[in-house]
Amino acid sequence: MTNPSVDTHLLPADRSAEPLLAVDNLHVEFKTRQGLVRAVNGVSYSLSAGETLAVLGESGSGKSVTAQAIMGILDMPPARIPKGEVRFHGTDMLRLSEEARTQIRGQRIAMIFQDALSALNPVFTVGWQIAEMFRVHKGMSKKQGYAKAVELMERVRIPAAKQRVHDYPHQFSGGMRQRIMIAMSIALDPEVLIADEPTTALDVTVQAQIMELLAELQRESNMGLILITHDLGVVADVADKIAVMYGGRIVEHALVHDVYASPAHPYSKGLLESIPRVDLKGQDLYAIKGLPPNLLDMPTGCAFHPRCPYRRDNCVTDVPPLYEISGTRSSACHYFREVLDGTSG
Amino acid sequence: MGRYALRRLLQAIPVLVGTTFFIFVIVYALPGDPIQALGGDRRMDPVIARALRDKFGLDDPLLVQYWHYLTGIFSGNFGTTFRGVEVSSIFAGKFQVTLQLALTALVMEAIIGVGLGLWSALRRGRWQDQFVLAVTLLLVSIPPLVMGFVLQLWLGVKFKLGTGIELVPVAGIGAGEKSYLLPGFVLATTSIAYLTRLTRTSLMETLRSDFIRTAVAKGMPRRRVLGRHALRNSLIPLVTYLGADLGALMGGAVITETIFNLPGIGLQLFQSVYLRENTVVVGIVTVLVLIYVVANLVVDLLYAVLDPRIRYE
Ligand SMILES: Nc1ncnc2c1ncn2[C@@H]1O[C@H](COP(=O)(O)OP(=O)(O)OP(=O)(O)O)[C@@H](O)[C@H]1O
Ligand SMILES: [Mg+2]
Repeated sequence: MTNPSVDTHLLPADRSAEPLLAVDNLHVEFKTRQGLVRAVNGVSYSLSAGETLAVLGESGSGKSVTAQAIMGILDMPPARIPKGEVRFHGTDMLRLSEEARTQIRGQRIAMIFQDALSALNPVFTVGWQIAEMFRVHKGMSKKQGYAKAVELMERVRIPAAKQRVHDYPHQFSGGMRQRIMIAMSIALDPEVLIADEPTTALDVTVQAQIMELLAELQRESNMGLILITHDLGVVADVADKIAVMYGGRIVEHALVHDVYASPAHPYSKGLLESIPRVDLKGQDLYAIKGLPPNLLDMPTGCAFHPRCPYRRDNCVTDVPPLYEISGTRSSACHYFREVLDGTSG
Repeated sequence: MGRYALRRLLQAIPVLVGTTFFIFVIVYALPGDPIQALGGDRRMDPVIARALRDKFGLDDPLLVQYWHYLTGIFSGNFGTTFRGVEVSSIFAGKFQVTLQLALTALVMEAIIGVGLGLWSALRRGRWQDQFVLAVTLLLVSIPPLVMGFVLQLWLGVKFKLGTGIELVPVAGIGAGEKSYLLPGFVLATTSIAYLTRLTRTSLMETLRSDFIRTAVAKGMPRRRVLGRHALRNSLIPLVTYLGADLGALMGGAVITETIFNLPGIGLQLFQSVYLRENTVVVGIVTVLVLIYVVANLVVDLLYAVLDPRIRYE
């Protein structure tokens, strides 16, 4: 006989085919004075343990909003999630109570933000902010919490961690601050880590160090990593899968090496061609023509059609579905075959 | 920090000299003759008038008079009135009354203003928030003078005569601390309204910051996000307002003390201006400026305590 009061909603349970985290047909809209902004229009992606998913796309394509919906840190209102699921171990988190979500946030799914200076609280020491994770979630004493904080700061390789644990965020360099942010996010060994442009605010050399650190931490703990970035250059080394977003939709979802070998969507192709390359130094960088879509007034049909070199008549009228090209690959382009072949464009 | 405080105090000297000179000139320019005012309606004996004018140096050039006064102050001597009373003896006990009044107002302002502000920020857009905003608008638009007389009439006369109960004293300082409650409130009303709005804005702004989002993402319970992460940050701008307001409250005491008949510096200032007691007027203003300068210094130092990003060398 089964006990009905057992709390099973977060157990892996019988859906063994379920990935660790699955975003399914997610829609997010914002009520603004100008009108309804449909920031996310049916995004789906999934993540398994130990896997790195890179989410790409230009500014405003809905990468951060999707991540915030996963974390449950959207301000509602103005945000609303009219449709979709975010399943963690098979359970739709959007339907959990606020308390249940608070138990997941920070402990099982953690997040790193772009600008560590503004993301850290200016009036508390970094040690306090890391130790807080242990004090609030694990009931540790102040002293134990600080000891843990020092340990973590050493783990993310902050020099003289013991002395610096009582310093404030503004006393650190940008790279060190981002390390603090990382230390805080991995404090409780989360199963999923979402890094929203963790290196955009940093120098190029520091960027590489931070990416290396993230990759290393991920290998050690086998967590799933969602890496949000503008930068295709970063992705090649660390990611397993790529989701390319445009205008609040996924336009291509594939394994990294497949995309690099031959993109299946004109937009991913444009992104790839705009990576600076050493062998082409001195030449003009390729840039995708035109402007990102206005979310208040989306183009009809395929949102990318005004900028697309492959455009045909039906692109203006028919919204392309996410065509499944293979088991691991899909593209939202009516003419993905031509794009794959590299004809035209 | 110590050196910073010292430097700030030294910077106060030119401020002090400037403001006292300004007041000196204004008082000097007031129409009428202070010596003649001494005699009231009767004409004063010209010999005595001459002697008094010489004694107080009233016919010296303005700058010379000012110089005598200034050197007096720096040796701790505020001078005497034309009647021969020591100005410092007039001050005795009166600054205390005014300070107590201003501090009562400040505490009320801090508790009511900050409290209401936080409350309405957390209920942003709902009727409670709208209600608080409407009340603050009302408070700002009623002059303290009107508010003072109306409350005095209601509480002191109508309510007391009707019920026989005295809620709070409405005049004088006979009842000790309690005497300051009503005048303190009247003095504080405008500031309560401003502080409520300032607090509300400040908390709402803080709640929009990235580090609040981080705290939520860390899985911190809402109470902790508000009480630990948001509160301290949103208090920082309020400290400036409160500190600067102490000076404004002491100035505002002129009206409040006159309405409520409190024997403080405000009432004295009012009377002294009326009686052309120039030395008293300038003396009071000098001390007020000094208090203002010190209050501002305390604010700046407090700032550094609340916000670690600020360091003073
Ligand atoms: N609170 C909000 N209110 C209204 N619109 C919003 C809000 N937050 C985000 N948006 C809109 O949602 C869209 C997607 O934003 P999002 O932050 O997800 O973009 P992004 O892909 O992360 O871009 P970036 O690379 O610049 O970070 C944007 O057009 C933005 O204007
Ligand atoms: Mg973003």
